[in-house]
Amino acid sequence: MTDVISVAGLGKTFGKALALDGLDLTVAAGEIHGFLGPNGAGKTTTLRVLLGLIKASSGQALLFGQDPWSNATELHKRLAYVPGDVSLWPNLTGGQTIDLLGRMRGGIDPARRAALIERFELDPSKKCRAYSKGNRQKVVLIAALAAQPELLILDEPTAGLDPLMEVMFRQVLAEQSNSGQTVLLSSHILSEVESACDRVTIIRNGKTIDTGTLADMRHFSRTSIAAQLHEIPSGLSGLPGIHELQVDGNNVTFQVDPDSINQALAVLSAAGVSSLVSAPPTLEELFLRHYSPEGSPSKASV
Amino acid sequence: MNSLTGTRLLIGLALRRDRVMLPSWIVVFLLFAVGSASGTVALYPTVAWRVAAADAVNSSPILVAMYGRIYDPTSLGALSMLKASVLGSVMVAVFAISIVVRHTRTEEESGRVEMVHSAVVGRLAPLAAALLVAILASGVLGVLTAGGLIAAGLPVAGSIAFGLSWALTGVVFATVAGLGAQFARTGRSTVGLCLAVLGVSFLLRALADTNASFASLRWVSPSGQLQQIRPYQGDNFAVALLPLLVALVIGVLAFNRAASRDLGTGLWSDRPGPASASAGLRGPYGLAWNLQRGSLIIWACWLVIFGAILGNIASSVNGFFDSQQVRDYFARLGGSAAITDAFLATEMAFVGLLVAAFAIQSTQRLHAEEASDRLEIVLSGSVKRWRWTMSHVVIAFGGSVLLALAAGLAAGLANAQATADSAQIGGIVAGALAQLPAVWVILGVALLLFGWLPKWTVAAWAVLVGCVMLGELGPLFKFPQSVLDISPFVHVPKLPGAPFDAVPLLILIAAATAFCIVGVIGFCRRDIL
Repeated sequence: MTDVISVAGLGKTFGKALALDGLDLTVAAGEIHGFLGPNGAGKTTTLRVLLGLIKASSGQALLFGQDPWSNATELHKRLAYVPGDVSLWPNLTGGQTIDLLGRMRGGIDPARRAALIERFELDPSKKCRAYSKGNRQKVVLIAALAAQPELLILDEPTAGLDPLMEVMFRQVLAEQSNSGQTVLLSSHILSEVESACDRVTIIRNGKTIDTGTLADMRHFSRTSIAAQLHEIPSGLSGLPGIHELQVDGNNVTFQVDPDSINQALAVLSAAGVSSLVSAPPTLEELFLRHYSPEGSPSKASV
Repeated sequence: MNSLTGTRLLIGLALRRDRVMLPSWIVVFLLFAVGSASGTVALYPTVAWRVAAADAVNSSPILVAMYGRIYDPTSLGALSMLKASVLGSVMVAVFAISIVVRHTRTEEESGRVEMVHSAVVGRLAPLAAALLVAILASGVLGVLTAGGLIAAGLPVAGSIAFGLSWALTGVVFATVAGLGAQFARTGRSTVGLCLAVLGVSFLLRALADTNASFASLRWVSPSGQLQQIRPYQGDNFAVALLPLLVALVIGVLAFNRAASRDLGTGLWSDRPGPASASAGLRGPYGLAWNLQRGSLIIWACWLVIFGAILGNIASSVNGFFDSQQVRDYFARLGGSAAITDAFLATEMAFVGLLVAAFAIQSTQRLHAEEASDRLEIVLSGSVKRWRWTMSHVVIAFGGSVLLALAAGLAAGLANAQATADSAQIGGIVAGALAQLPAVWVILGVALLLFGWLPKWTVAAWAVLVGCVMLGELGPLFKFPQSVLDISPFVHVPKLPGAPFDAVPLLILIAAATAFCIVGVIGFCRRDIL
């Protein structure tokens, strides 16, 4: 598969402030790629470089194998972008805005436009100044989806949508992916990325700190276990790979590295198990471990 | 909590936000007033000179219309503060309007007022804070101006009356803006509404001054009432109660309306619009036209009215003057040859300044689109940066031609109708159109700022104000020609009347083109904010 986006060692400074510090990001054709990071990590800056709105200070960013700064107009025919903070022309209606944005990308399919307006329950005859944040976002989202571009770049797209619309959004996203479109989804909402994305890239302070499939990342992470036992277990605290152990009478909770699960379960069953809950690491936990300040992973887990 | 809770907090916030803007405006006004005073004192040393100059002004309807009448021809103060009293008070009014709108409707439009109201802040506090800040600024302006004029050597009582008239102008138009902000939906339209009120007030005063049968109209117009304080020529302090009363009534209406309406609403609620875009709205050009046509139409209406009044007044000018000194006075004001032509040339220079103001406002749409992040959505489409820039520049450019033509034609037709002689129309239109190359230089400067120093886009207004100041005060201070030459308007041939000279116009056009190209290049190379 060819890479739709390939970013290597990307740097961007604003005056003295360092926004991106050697960021790497690769998005293959046809995948839904999650782009995760806390506020101010450099997600939007990266997207703006990819759109040719700002110029990289160092490193390389390629979109469809071309430089987004010098070929912006040509490349934009193949993509659609939904910003995180949507502001629209107050005196145009939603419908006018959708048409205008579509035409500036080279035309939209009227049937698809109508279907999307229906699905997202948007009133296209309202003036944009009367729309709520979520409705403004819908306008741009519909314009982007109706264009059926090869690549969709979404910056925190569901921030203003209600839960029902969020479900709708995920369905549409899945359909896009099935029809072979590539999606880059920037977010700090983990459940969104967890349910929608094939691969994720996690950044912090303008640097990539991890990238891969969620399965890959879970592999390196711990399982949380909570158990109620017949008697107080012995030897659990001595095992390697056990973290956050808490013993409260017959109840124990702890986290265990993948390699030590077998031994830990053996100790538990020796003490007699009356109930056991084990949970895979959530992205929240991954996130907290990655972003806990100055590496104190032991405190990071829930 | 009552409805004014939090006012003091909001005043603090406003003063913090305006800590640079307020003092700089006030300093500019002070320089304007003190500059006019000290400049004229040297120019008219004897009473005889003053009387001659005052007679010249009073016998010229156009000057009376622009600046008002001189009631006491022997008064040095009245003569020196002629321009500052009426024109200056127009600027003071704009100052007060901009303060109030900035802290009321613009805030409300942006949604920030919602956040403020959710804190412990009363319903009327934002309006009260904005009005108090504007009134405070007007008061400081009035006191400093009075002090400055006394220091410049003008009589004490007159200087206090003058400071008072400026301060009250600020107070009255602050309340007008406070009321306007309750009706209009956006900050921009509130400013438009208030400027319309100011324009009507100015026109009523001009009408009352130039036509005896309308003389009573001056009492309807705040500008007319304030003029009747007559600084340096009687100092009628009692008249000051009248505009104060007007301000009080308007203020009460504004608070009344603010107390009863929903947040974010104006007088009209939004009607639904078309559910799909028309064929015309298909790219950056359609969008720019959609955004700008409303304000272009309003500008055109104003310039037609302005032009028609000028043309009409100019028709009655000829034959008023006989003394050489009067002729000299007007030659200094701008023109040469026949006096009607000199008037028209001078007034066409005003048209040029107004059209330049439109060109700046229109060009600054570029910055407004960028600052509001709407540009991001446009450029993420398949739209080249230079093409998007040109979509607004073309309107600024074409609009300026249209406005100059409208004002020139209106002046020419009104003049032809009044004198029953249509031979002048061509010359008057040419006089208006001759301003365009200078206007485009200002447009180019605005574009240059946008392309290279986007955070300083607003400085284009300072450039225009600088040109006005150079034109108005430069000759008074006897600045060397090389300084006066900085203003592009100096190089425009004074049509009709003076011989037409294409060379300076071509040079101006070349400079404007160069500025525009360099500005667009700058924008294409820089980061989007």
